Amino acid sequence: MANTWQADPVLSVEHITMRFGGLVAIDDLSFNVGRNDITALIGPNGAGKTTVFNCLTGFYKPTEGMIVMRHEDGKNFILERMDDFRISQFAKVARTFQNIRLFAGMTVLENLVVAQHNTLMKASGYTVAGILGSRAYKRAEKEAVDKATYWLEKIHLIDRADDPAGDLPYGAQRRLEIARAMCTEPKLLCLDEPAAGLNPRESDDLNKLLLSIREDQGIGILLIEHDMKVVMEISDHVVVLDYGQKIADGTPAEVKIDPAVIRAYLGVDEEEAPPIAEKLITEAIARAENEPPAQQGGR
Amino acid sequence: MALAPQPTQQGGARAARSPTVPPGDQKRLLIDLLLTGLIASAIFGPIVGMSATAPQGGLVLQYRWGTVFWLVAAVVIGRLLLHLFVWNRPDWVKPIHVKRLGAGLVAIGTLALLLGLFVFDAPWFDAVGIFGLIAGAWFYISSSNETAAERGAPSPLAHAIEPLGKYLGIALLLIAIALPFIPGVDRRIVDLAILMLTYVMLGWGLNIVVGLAGLLDLGYVAFYAVGAYAYALLSTIYFPLWFGDGITPWAFWLVLPLAGLLAACWGLILGFPVLRLRGDYLAIVTLAFGEIIRIILINWYDFTGGPNGISDIPRPSFFGIPFTNDENGFAATFGLAYSPLQRIIFLYYVILVLALITNFVTLRLRKLPIGRAWEALREDEIACRSLGINTTNTKLTAFAIGAMFGGFAGSFFATRQGFVSPESFVFMESAIILAIVVLGGLGSQIGVVVAAIAVIGAFELFRELDFLKAIMPEGFDPTQYRMLAVGIAMVLIMRWRPRGLVTKRDPSIYLKEKKAVSADLVAQGHG
Repeated sequence: MANTWQADPVLSVEHITMRFGGLVAIDDLSFNVGRNDITALIGPNGAGKTTVFNCLTGFYKPTEGMIVMRHEDGKNFILERMDDFRISQFAKVARTFQNIRLFAGMTVLENLVVAQHNTLMKASGYTVAGILGSRAYKRAEKEAVDKATYWLEKIHLIDRADDPAGDLPYGAQRRLEIARAMCTEPKLLCLDEPAAGLNPRESDDLNKLLLSIREDQGIGILLIEHDMKVVMEISDHVVVLDYGQKIADGTPAEVKIDPAVIRAYLGVDEEEAPPIAEKLITEAIARAENEPPAQQGGR
Repeated sequence: MALAPQPTQQGGARAARSPTVPPGDQKRLLIDLLLTGLIASAIFGPIVGMSATAPQGGLVLQYRWGTVFWLVAAVVIGRLLLHLFVWNRPDWVKPIHVKRLGAGLVAIGTLALLLGLFVFDAPWFDAVGIFGLIAGAWFYISSSNETAAERGAPSPLAHAIEPLGKYLGIALLLIAIALPFIPGVDRRIVDLAILMLTYVMLGWGLNIVVGLAGLLDLGYVAFYAVGAYAYALLSTIYFPLWFGDGITPWAFWLVLPLAGLLAACWGLILGFPVLRLRGDYLAIVTLAFGEIIRIILINWYDFTGGPNGISDIPRPSFFGIPFTNDENGFAATFGLAYSPLQRIIFLYYVILVLALITNFVTLRLRKLPIGRAWEALREDEIACRSLGINTTNTKLTAFAIGAMFGGFAGSFFATRQGFVSPESFVFMESAIILAIVVLGGLGSQIGVVVAAIAVIGAFELFRELDFLKAIMPEGFDPTQYRMLAVGIAMVLIMRWRPRGLVTKRDPSIYLKEKKAVSADLVAQGHG
């Protein structure tokens, strides 16, 4: 049976290579992201996951290879040829950052309204009509606020809408960053370690939020994650990187018994790997469920 | 008089909030005073103690050690008093006493100042008044800070200033509209008000670039120059050439939009090369850009008249009716008695309207996607791009719109002066405009107004300091010290209010309740 991500990919990464001088950060990487799947990109530190994200969202241009974004209506976008802001604007790929990048001095609501820049820009007649006080712009602004309200209710921050984003606690900032990315109406949402630094309850909430986003918006989610609990619970598809190369690609169940994955994570021989790994991963999940938050700092 | 130089010590005094000298330690107190004296001598020695004069031919150094001695003595005694009564206060002196002393000094100072200005015309009264005012204000602020700190509340100064902002804007606007008709307001005051409003407008224009978009621009005066020369050249040479002399009364109103457009184009020209620059590099390139424009103006003799500048620039007309003393003039047309003040008042209202337009547009822009994108750009450029905001266009529009208002102001400057030369567009002007923006609080409109009034007012005040002449030795010229005073004031303000006078950011949109954002959270931009 063909997997969802092979049958109907929203994103195809084809043979991309990214070199920084002599360093090969990504080496001939290919994978697909299903249209309505949650895809996890995992791998040990320094495996090149964030570099992949930066290539997808246009912050880096891959040295070789092609990245294609396929919309439902048949429009295709070749991402490595587009400017970063056009990727978000037209190809509809949104992202969050490993170290949160909110507009700290602006309010929570403003953060979400800024994210709707392009829609509002058009409604304000590229500023000209807006300066003259056009009614269409006021309507558009109200719609933007409504959309922001929808997301604020969804991430339980509606009471803090008028507070500066920099004042929010860490977990709320993470959720706000996701909501802000969603306000750009993406077809693919890329999350860089969304669960980093969250406690088990927050991380459960995050899982629910991500599942409901996938359900309600019908979009694909690609996430980088170290928290195996999040990865195993919610993802439909896991891609494992090590040293810039793909070492495994499949469902969570397939990946967690993949000998290459276990070797990359645990550094043991292939023959004895599967049973040990399964045991360790099960244990890790159990621990994560019971333990207080394991603070995962950035790399 | 003993308190006089103390304001210069305020920075140090605040830094030493917990005094270095424990009570009763005579030896350390002596060392502290000695050090204070040394620092004071090192500062006053060269600045006040020596003056180079050129009576005939060669330069001669004159020494004024007597003055230096008195100044140093005043500083040392002032610090001793601070040690005894403020920092190591005896028990019977409560903060409230210091506060009352401060309030009393302020009251006496104000009274003396008013008496000196209006009743006796005695410079000594002015001197006592101003020093009393400064010292009293300082006592008052420092002691109330202390009492507030005891209660764990924020500084009452900040408390007192910020809610006033709402009413301050309306009050200032009403005063500005009525100013020319307030009794006792003469030509000198209206002229000063025109100058202040010009800087308010320039400050508001630069505020778009520096305050909202967070792009440090040290060459803003270039756009002012472009606007001024655009009007000067078009109205004296090109308009008469193209359309004949009849156009001259209308020249100002026709050129004004053109000057803004030209300046906006130069804003774009500056914007393109600096798109990728940040911080120090951006500052250096914008600085160089300002100088390039000035040097071109000096050296392109055939076009700009070089260092001679352009004179006989047409004065503005009342929409075609000139302000002349004949039957076609403004006074005759409206059946008024002719007075040269009419033109000045008209100019005043022109700049007032231009400045208000600048303010209105800026406030509107802040509530539009472009304004929010500017602020987002100041906060985090990478996040902006990840949200699909075209940062190139956003930066360029900030430069262009900021420059456009600079161009309008320049055009007004040319028509007011009737003469432009490159002398008027030196780096110092950029620095003053930037100082106004920084002082006002980045991004704050009302802050810019207050800062412009304070800075330009202080500059002008130094021309009129007769009382300083009276108490200082013969040949003392206060105008020479105004940059020193402005420098000291800048240092003090950066020490006390590093984010400027207004330290709250007003959100551009709100859901339920408008809450100001504290400046600690607001980014200052990439340079």
